[in-house]
Parts: sequence; C-alpha cells; structure tokens
Amino acid sequence: MSKRRSDWESRPQARVRRWFYKGFLALDDEIAEKISSPPPPRFDYEEALEAQQAAIDSRQHERSIAIERLDQHNLLVWMRTRGRKAISRLYVALALVLGLMMMVFLLETVALMPRFGDPATPGANEVSARYIEKGLDETGAVNIVAGMILDYRAFDTLGESTVLFIAASAVLILLRIDHDKEGNPAQELIAAESDDRHYEPRDDRILQGSAMVLTPIILLYGIYIILNGHLSPGGGFSGGAIVSAGLILYLVAFGFEKAGRFFTTKTFTWVSFFSLSFYALAKAYAFYMGANGLPSGIPLGTPGAILSSGLIMPLNIAVGMVVACTMYIFYALFRKGGL
Amino acid sequence: MLQLLYENLEQTVSVILFGIGFTILLLQRNLIRKIIGLNIMDTAIYLFLASMGYISGRKAPIVVDGVTEVAAYINPIPAGLVLTGIVVSVSFTGILLALTVRLYRRYQTLDIDVIALLAKGEDA
Repeated sequence: MSKRRSDWESRPQARVRRWFYKGFLALDDEIAEKISSPPPPRFDYEEALEAQQAAIDSRQHERSIAIERLDQHNLLVWMRTRGRKAISRLYVALALVLGLMMMVFLLETVALMPRFGDPATPGANEVSARYIEKGLDETGAVNIVAGMILDYRAFDTLGESTVLFIAASAVLILLRIDHDKEGNPAQELIAAESDDRHYEPRDDRILQGSAMVLTPIILLYGIYIILNGHLSPGGGFSGGAIVSAGLILYLVAFGFEKAGRFFTTKTFTWVSFFSLSFYALAKAYAFYMGANGLPSGIPLGTPGAILSSGLIMPLNIAVGMVVACTMYIFYALFRKGGL
Repeated sequence: MLQLLYENLEQTVSVILFGIGFTILLLQRNLIRKIIGLNIMDTAIYLFLASMGYISGRKAPIVVDGVTEVAAYINPIPAGLVLTGIVVSVSFTGILLALTVRLYRRYQTLDIDVIALLAKGEDA
C-alpha cells in the first residue's frame, strides 16, 4: 500500500505540483515570518565610530608606550655616558661654589673678629685670668696649661685618653688577623707575614745602626717630656707620642720577633687598663675630697721641683703610657694586622 | 676689608685652609684623600684656636720667677682645646684608615662611587 502511494507520490506530475505549492507556501511562510519577527537592529553609526576611535586610540597608546620605552632606554644610555659626565661636572661646580661661599662668609666673619694679639679679646676673660693667677697656688704646676688640663679639667683629659683607647680597640677589632680555632696560623696571617717580609726592610744594616743609636735617645727624650710635663712645655700626650715613635723605629729596624719580646697585645691591654683605671681612681679620689672640702693629703711640693704639683705627674705618666701603647699598636696593626 | 683680613692674617689663613679641606672632602673620590681633607680641616681649626689665644707681647703660660699676673701670660685655654682636638683627630683618623683598609680588602678599590655601586650590586 505504501509502496503504491510512494509510487504515486514520485510521479513527475506530483512532483511538479509539490514544487509549485511548496515554493508558493515557502514564500507565504517567509512573508509571515517577516511580519511576525521584530525588525532587525539598525546599523549604529555612532557606535561604529566609537569602536573605530577606540581602536585608533589603543594603537596610538601602544605606539606612545613604545616611544616612551625607547626614550627611557635612550635616557638610560645618556645617563650612563654623557649624563654622568654632566652630573659630575655639575657636582664639581656646586662643590666649588659651596666651598668658596663658605670661605667668603668665614672671611667676612674673620674681618669682624678681634685683632690678632689684642689684649681685650673676649677669649681672655675671667676664666683664663683665674687659671693664671691662682693656678700655681692651687695645682702647684709651673706649666699653667698642664695644671689646667690635668687638674681643673682632668675629667676632660680622662675622656681624651678613653677616646684614644677606644680608637685603638676599634682598630684592633677591624684589622686584627687572628689564629684559627685550633691555634694554627690562618691563611690570611701567612699572607700578611709574607707581605710584610716582602715590603719591609729585613736586617738593614744602616737602619739597624741608626736605630741602635737613636732609639734610646728618643725614648729618653719622650720620658723626659712626660716627667717634665708640669714644669715645661709638653706632657703625657706629646711625650707618649715621642716614646711610641722610638718604639716604632725599633720595630721597623729589628722586626716583630724582637719587638714582641717586650710588647705584645697583652702588654697593650694591661698597660692601658692599669693606666686608665689609675687615672680614674686617682681623679675620683681628688674630686671626692675636693667636693666635700676635705684635705686630699696629696702634697703639692715646691713649685719648680720635679716631685711637685700633686697628682699631675703621675697622671701625665698614665696618659703618656696610654698614648704610647695606642700609637704603637696603630702602627703594628696597619702594617701586619697584629703584634 | 682686605686691610682687616691682613691684620688677622693667621685667622684668614686658617679659614682658607678650612675651605680647602672642605672642598677636598667634597671633590675627591679617593677615600684616603677625603681623610687628608678632613685632617687639613682639623689643622685649620688648631691654627685658628692658637691664634685666638695669642696676646701680643706676652709669654707662654709657664710661670717664671713666681710672676702670676694676668698681664704676663697669654691665654692658656686654647692650648688645652687644641690638645683635645689633636687627640680626637688622631683617634678618628686611625679608625677611618682602618675602615678604608677593610673596604679596600673587600672591593679592591678606594673609589667611593665604585664601592657604592659594588655594595648596591651585593644587596640586589
């Protein structure tokens, strides 16, 4: 049955009919659909323009970023080459201007200062008058400067000695080359040793001969200046520097082995420790007694004699020992990194 | 003004030395030269103090023959101040040189700019 119908359906006649009606109906359908469906959105010119503009903008932005990067790179290159030169020139110019300006201002101040050698200078006031008038009676020191720095202003001088000691300790921390944990010489120590042997004179006959003559004289002169600090120009600081110069001469001429027989790091530690603590204790005693109006029991002696002026000479000796040790250990540390 | 400056010649010289030291401190890149500049500044200060203490016609403050009149001696205070200055200058010169030695051992250069660059590279 179905076969028959399909046969009937597939007749050319029927096919033409079907094609005709279908086409006709399809047209109808299309029209109906067109009427029923909403109208298609209108083409929005503004939006399109905006999109186009945005695209152009983004492209320009990318381009500007690229240019910026190039500029940055160029600036970097410029800074590394010519800019550095320009900046350093500017720095030099500014530094010179600053230095000259400071000099000019200070020179104008100097023009307004009291005349050189003027007796009415405001620096020569009642303080210095008191030091000069009463200094000899109160301290027993002929040298008024020594009486001032070791009696009236002894606390200041203790601070100075401590500054020197701390500086020596800091240099010791920075430059000392130690043995390693097992007590063997470290690599650096061996290098420093060989460096020292390479650059410093070893067993130089001229140097050793001069040192043999000069070292005792220099040491004696330094000790003389320390001991005469309250009688003549000089004192602990200058005398200690001279003593250390003699010691350094001995070290240069005869080397570390011979100098190490009488001066090691331990010597430095103990001499500085005892000198500074003696100074502090002696001055603490003197200050305590003086502040409470008690007699200190330290004889002032006759002015001008070597054993006079109370505590000033022992304090000079203490300061001189600190200074001598400090200078000597500075030299040893800078030369080889140890004693 | 030049006349006034010439009358205070010692102080003028000390001020010029101070300026030279300051400019060296600013201009030199080498650390040792910077330290030398600092020491020149110190020396200028000592000269200035010593010249401020001087009074013409008087002697150093060391009592001779028991004379303890103010009119006989110059001002002793600047001498004590110079002493303090010398001690402090020696101390800090020692510390600065020790630090310089350590920097040289580490960076093998004394140029402060190169050291700053190398230190920055170590941090990064």
